[in-house]
Amino acid sequence: MISYLFLQHYWWVIISLLASLLVFLMFVQGGQSFIFSLPAGETQKTMIINALGRKWEFTFTTLVTFGGAFFASFPLFYASSFGGAYWVWMTILFSFIIQAIAYEYRSKPSNVFGGKTFDIFLFINGALGPFLIGTAVGTFFTGSQFSLNNMNQVSWANHWHGLEALLDARNLSLGLSVLFLTRMNGLLYLVNSVEDEDLYERSLRKLITNSVSFLVFFLFFLTTLLISDGFQVNGEFGIVSTQKFKYLINFLEMPLVMIIFLTGVTAVLYGIGVTIFRHSRKGIWFTGSGTIMAVFALFLIAGFNGTAFYPSSFDPASSLTIRNASSSFFTLKTMMYVSFIIPFVIAYIWYAWKEINRKKITHTELKEEEHLY
Amino acid sequence: MIENLDLSLVDWSRAQFALTAIYHWFFVPLTLGLSFIIAIMETLYVKTGREEWKRATKFWMTLFGINFAIGVATGIILEFEFGTNWSNYSWFVGDIFGAPLAIEGILAFFLESTFVAVMFFGWNKVSRRFHLISTWLVAIGANLSALWILVANAWMQNPVGMVFNPETARNEMVDFWAILFNPVAVDKFMHTITSGFLLASIFVIGVSSWYLIKKREEWLAKRSILIAGIFGFLSSLAVALTGDSSARTLAKVQPVKFAAFEALYEGKSNAGLVAIGLLKKSDETIGEKKVRDFVMKIEIPGFLSVMTGGDKDTYVPGIKDLVLGSSQDRQFISVEQKMIRGRYARDLLNEYKEAKKNNNHARADEIKNIFSGKDFINDYFSYFGYAFLKSPEDAIPNVPVAFYSFHLMVMLGFFFIALCALSVFLVLRDNLHKNRWFLWVALLSIPLVYLTSELGWVLAEMGRQPWIIQDLMPVSAAVSQIKAGSVITTFILFAVLFTALLTAEVSIMLKQIKSGPKHQEEIK
Ligand code: HDD
Ligand code: HEM
Ligand code: HEM
Repeated sequence: MISYLFLQHYWWVIISLLASLLVFLMFVQGGQSFIFSLPAGETQKTMIINALGRKWEFTFTTLVTFGGAFFASFPLFYASSFGGAYWVWMTILFSFIIQAIAYEYRSKPSNVFGGKTFDIFLFINGALGPFLIGTAVGTFFTGSQFSLNNMNQVSWANHWHGLEALLDARNLSLGLSVLFLTRMNGLLYLVNSVEDEDLYERSLRKLITNSVSFLVFFLFFLTTLLISDGFQVNGEFGIVSTQKFKYLINFLEMPLVMIIFLTGVTAVLYGIGVTIFRHSRKGIWFTGSGTIMAVFALFLIAGFNGTAFYPSSFDPASSLTIRNASSSFFTLKTMMYVSFIIPFVIAYIWYAWKEINRKKITHTELKEEEHLY
Repeated sequence: MIENLDLSLVDWSRAQFALTAIYHWFFVPLTLGLSFIIAIMETLYVKTGREEWKRATKFWMTLFGINFAIGVATGIILEFEFGTNWSNYSWFVGDIFGAPLAIEGILAFFLESTFVAVMFFGWNKVSRRFHLISTWLVAIGANLSALWILVANAWMQNPVGMVFNPETARNEMVDFWAILFNPVAVDKFMHTITSGFLLASIFVIGVSSWYLIKKREEWLAKRSILIAGIFGFLSSLAVALTGDSSARTLAKVQPVKFAAFEALYEGKSNAGLVAIGLLKKSDETIGEKKVRDFVMKIEIPGFLSVMTGGDKDTYVPGIKDLVLGSSQDRQFISVEQKMIRGRYARDLLNEYKEAKKNNNHARADEIKNIFSGKDFINDYFSYFGYAFLKSPEDAIPNVPVAFYSFHLMVMLGFFFIALCALSVFLVLRDNLHKNRWFLWVALLSIPLVYLTSELGWVLAEMGRQPWIIQDLMPVSAAVSQIKAGSVITTFILFAVLFTALLTAEVSIMLKQIKSGPKHQEEIK
């Protein structure tokens, strides 16, 4: 028999998986943030934009699916976070609207605002998107100022409606870690899929500075996370209390999660290493899978082991857990059957991309391509 | 729940949702239909091997891409707005409503976005067959996305397949198939996608007509008109049939909306169907609300009764019957009565919460039992939303809006049937270029069909006011508690940004149409 508790955990795993895929796929955003600083001249810029442009829909669709799946499985999170932290989410959304048209319109004649405007859109999305998403996820660990009434309706305790998250050093450090991580992944993706020696050299140079920045912010975040308090949910009635070293304890009590996390971090470091020192072009495979593993594990320690995944620092009793925020047993079960389709989805995506990625992006490839951004 | 609500917050949240939905709907129907037209053309290319077909396919595909991008940009907003602006709603129904949205992402959006990539970038890279299959999959994926969001919307119009759980204070799904095969969902899906097919057909006919007016691209224009004409003609018939079926279903599940779009105040037997009518202010009232009456109308006698019940004697209730309760010896439950019942259900819910708080488990369990009883659900809980109304007139939607949007839509619907039929007829007799008036009419029909399509949503959404979920939750109880000023700010930002993007889109489209399809030698 499948239990309610099992389904709640199952769906948190799926949410964590989608989140980790999203962070990896945001290499598109990371790449976009280099649009003004990386390429030497128009040709290189066209190459970069076309390499990224063939993947943007993917990241976008993952974001949309992540939102939909979160809504379906943990609707109380959807209602309280989006309705409460209004400004953060709206800002994130604006940064994605302007991305969706930018690729298709930037080089088309009569686009009214000129190609430069659309390039600026891509830059804004590239820098702001990952940073804000990272900061917002930071509140999964640091808490937000909301309370729920007895009908589970949210009210926010300050007028900043989420923007206050930017004042917390831990949130900021996670935001910046995600930004630099996606920038690194963006560079490694370009190294892997574009063939142009000069661009390669330039990417390597940028990779060094961005990796260092990433490591600094990430270590800061990780250290503070491991020593910080967390919200522990006790007993059947879900009494919430603070616990010292909560996230460190979660790692220790769930060794498998810790192993995934450490493997992920190692893979990211290895990917950077082989690219810089061995001039391998396949670094993205390591940093990519490493990113997925590390983010996945971080989400698991945020929600598993009796932890409130969306804590309220204003009214701890209102904190959301995978038990009190989830959909009903029936809905989670129905959705579980739907989720069995995911492997097929991944399979056809894999197949389709294999077919069209056969040729690397080179000067000749771009000349032959009719659908050029 | 929320007693001290801020009316301007509700209005601005509505305005913001309406604005973003209307913008989204500028782009969606063309995606739904043009994807099929392109797939048909590419099939002809693969079958005949003629380069002209490939050229035509690619031309329409370029326009598709320009439209598609902005459809995606506007769509993501809607999804997240449920959380940001209607957060109380999101909790109240998230257990049911979230599932279709998630399925849409997993099942449809990925299908669409993956194969769009093959369609655009795969020409020189994958086999002809695989490319063709991809193009068809894009069309299927686009229409599957329509399915799930429409299932969700239909559930709001006619909530089925759930029970209310007082413990969590929300509705919970108990029957997935009832939600999927909700009669409103079936009608809505069929009507919406076929109207998208029709819109795209008129678009293709109109653009091609412009080429014929300019005496350019005759081969491509005539073939395109032929294909779009046939596709559009069949779709337009389906639109009329499914629209009719939608109206019949409405008569059962949303009788107030039905009476509103017919502007039927007094119920009657042998009721006529208004074909054309004009409304004016009058002194008559329902409660406090002024009523508008007909200045003139042309009626098909008895037809409304026949449509709803099968024969002339069927009594069609008017707005007065439905709001005030009874007329001509017929009994309906008045809104006042429904308000009393709704309040009873709400008070019981509050009592439950109180009992829980005071650890009065016996009473809490007792109430929980009541909530799962069939009689309580049918007689009380199904009017839960009425507890929020201030006066019975609040249950009346805007009649002129519903009336005009419906009647314009239907009139134009019949006009498009004629237009498609005529275009096929003229192209087959090779007479098109001699009938310049026809070409102009076809061109000018493009804005008309967009208008028609938007009117359909105005009818469906405004006709159900004040409800966000029919009878269960009014918009005023659904809204997120944020400052009206914040919503005004985002409203203005959306308005400016979307208008700017729309301007760019239209300008790029027009430019692409003017420069026309690429010639073989231009394609590097
Ligand atoms: C009848 C069809 C239909 C209707 C009623 C709606 N949509 Fe839509 N939507 C589509 C049909 C569609 C589409 C044809 O599938 C689009 C348009 C262009 C595109 O890329 O996909 C799309 C795009 C689209 C996207 C971007 C998806 C992507 O990443 O590819 C989102 C998030 C939504 N929609 C969400 C919504 C919401 C929340 C709606 C309701 C309020 C809504 N749509 C109404
Ligand atoms: C399925 C989910 C949907 C939800 C939850 C929803 C909800 C709402 C809400 C809350 C409003 C504001 C209340 C009002 O003013 O009427 C509204 C209005 C409107 N919606 Fe929807 N809607 C949905 C689907 C759609 C879709 C898909 C469209 C078409 C693109 C659409 C078209 C409209 C229009 C035109 C209005 C304007 C009515 C007005 O001016 O108030 N709706 N909808
Ligand atoms: C020919 C006769 C037509 C009839 C009898 C008809 C009937 C209807 C009815 C009754 C509704 C309301 C459904 C609801 O509120 O749930 C509706 C909605 C709608 N109509 Fe029509 N319609 C017709 C033609 C058209 C045409 C030509 C178009 C566009 C090209 C169109 C597009 C729409 C759309 C987009 C909606 C909203 C979706 C929905 O609620 O199904 N209709 N129509």
